[in-house]
Amino acid sequence: MTTPLHIGFIPLVDAAALIVAVDKGFAAAEGLDVTLVREVSWSNVRDKLNIGLFDAAHLLAPVAIASSLGLGHVKVPIVAPFNLGLNGNAITVSPALHADLIREIDGDRFDPMVTALALARVVAKRKRIGAEPLTFGMTFPFSTHNYQLRFWMAAGGVDPDEDVRLVVLPPPYMVDSLAKGHVDAFCVGAPWNSIAVDLGIGQILHFASDILVRAAEKVLAIRQSWSEKNPELVAALVRAASRAAEFIEHPENRAEAARILAQPEHVGVAADVIQRTLDGRLKISPDGTIRESGRYLLVGREEAGRPDPTQAAWLYAQMVRWGQTSISRDALETAKAVFRPELYDAALGKRAGSDPGPTGSFGAFAGPAFDPDDIAGYLASLAVSKRAR
Amino acid sequence: MSAEQSPKIVIVDESPIRAAILEEGLREAGFTGVVHISEMQSLLARIYALDPDIILIDLENPSRDVLEQMFQVSRAVRRPIAMFVDQSDAASIQASVDAGVSAYIVDGLKKERIKPILDLCVSRFNAFSRLQDELDRTKSALEDRKVIDRAKGILMKLKGLTEDEAYVLLRSTAMREKKKISEIAQSIITASEMLK
Repeated sequence: MTTPLHIGFIPLVDAAALIVAVDKGFAAAEGLDVTLVREVSWSNVRDKLNIGLFDAAHLLAPVAIASSLGLGHVKVPIVAPFNLGLNGNAITVSPALHADLIREIDGDRFDPMVTALALARVVAKRKRIGAEPLTFGMTFPFSTHNYQLRFWMAAGGVDPDEDVRLVVLPPPYMVDSLAKGHVDAFCVGAPWNSIAVDLGIGQILHFASDILVRAAEKVLAIRQSWSEKNPELVAALVRAASRAAEFIEHPENRAEAARILAQPEHVGVAADVIQRTLDGRLKISPDGTIRESGRYLLVGREEAGRPDPTQAAWLYAQMVRWGQTSISRDALETAKAVFRPELYDAALGKRAGSDPGPTGSFGAFAGPAFDPDDIAGYLASLAVSKRAR
Repeated sequence: MSAEQSPKIVIVDESPIRAAILEEGLREAGFTGVVHISEMQSLLARIYALDPDIILIDLENPSRDVLEQMFQVSRAVRRPIAMFVDQSDAASIQASVDAGVSAYIVDGLKKERIKPILDLCVSRFNAFSRLQDELDRTKSALEDRKVIDRAKGILMKLKGLTEDEAYVLLRSTAMREKKKISEIAQSIITASEMLK
């Protein structure tokens, strides 16, 4: 007997494991009859998951945590037994801002500290001449995009709340907003950075993996109550997504995966653009410059699928850092408990405690090492912070 | 806002017809301060300028995420805004999501004042969907009709049939093939174009 499930997603490349799991029959092989529902906003995905219209969803990792903490919205505990993707975002800037940054850059232009300091000089110069503050687009208040942008600019001494404007923009509007000059830069997931470059209106300044080597981006999100009632279904979903992630990971399957994602009911952009992001081989400039990185987007690779509670703690620390919530031991524990490696291990028959090496290391380009047991100390050592007092 | 005044309501909707239907409903119910925003560019700036008590937005609108930014601590926000959710009333949340509308309110506005507005929204959104369905059905019936007429013409010309005979042939073929008459008609048109 097959179980019908409704799963919401946003048309982005990091929904790949879910889309491929359905399209290639990995979900069906687990006895799941999945209907994927394409959504237009993260708010919709969150609300439909919360009220039970969706059984599971492709969700921003920080939204899963915010929902569990009741931040900005109803408190509905969410669990994440699988990471759909790590990394995958990029910061794209307008040609004008890129030229300004290049003039100020002193060192390696792929070093985020170098560009953050250059940004600080551009911001200072604009202040002196009375120019409008720079505007940066990101996808959601509780998003890695928001935190990555903030982490990067704050390291250079730019206060993201005082010195620039950060605005939420739906991903499909990013490129148009950059073209029209409503924003000077944005941080968004694939494929939107590549599309801006292809149109000749943007330059990819950084892969988000330059800022943090390993960042939980999208999770497979499930209501905690539902997961407790349906442990077999959760395990089946994790297995299906995991098999799909493995499939995508094989280079010889990439073209097929890209074709599946390209379909209009999925992501709906050209397959070659999608494949570039899966391969981590991106055109970063309208002049055709290519940059490769094995870390651009991790789906399945390097145990990317296994949720890491330390990642959840890091995301919670960002919420505290930027004044979205206050610090508390209970909240930290709640946040960490959203990420469920034990559900992942159980589903895939892995030994409990067989912790893979690279997880837990963020590889942040700046700041002190992150200590999930001393978030207050970690935050106190960062210069720019908006901690609620 | 004083308690007796009609709250200021902003409707964010790219569909002018649906917005008009909702606006009319609200006015009839005595809510006079209603403003419709259809342009999503600089949405937040417009909302801040209007300083509404209640914001209604359709769920097909990607800009819903933009509104979520209003929950954040920001100097730009004069009054804190929250999404209207009543934890004790799951049915009303369900009804509004089903209808495709979501409400944001300033903190402190009383629940009794919002509930009738949200109920009205839900019923008007549902009415709009029904209207849309009806329109779609009428449109496709009209399209079918055109296709069938063309196919009849082709059959009459090629096989020397009367109009009635042509129709009977279409209908009996459709029944035999378990297809819609319009589908058979479309394949006749396609075939005749290929054989031209």
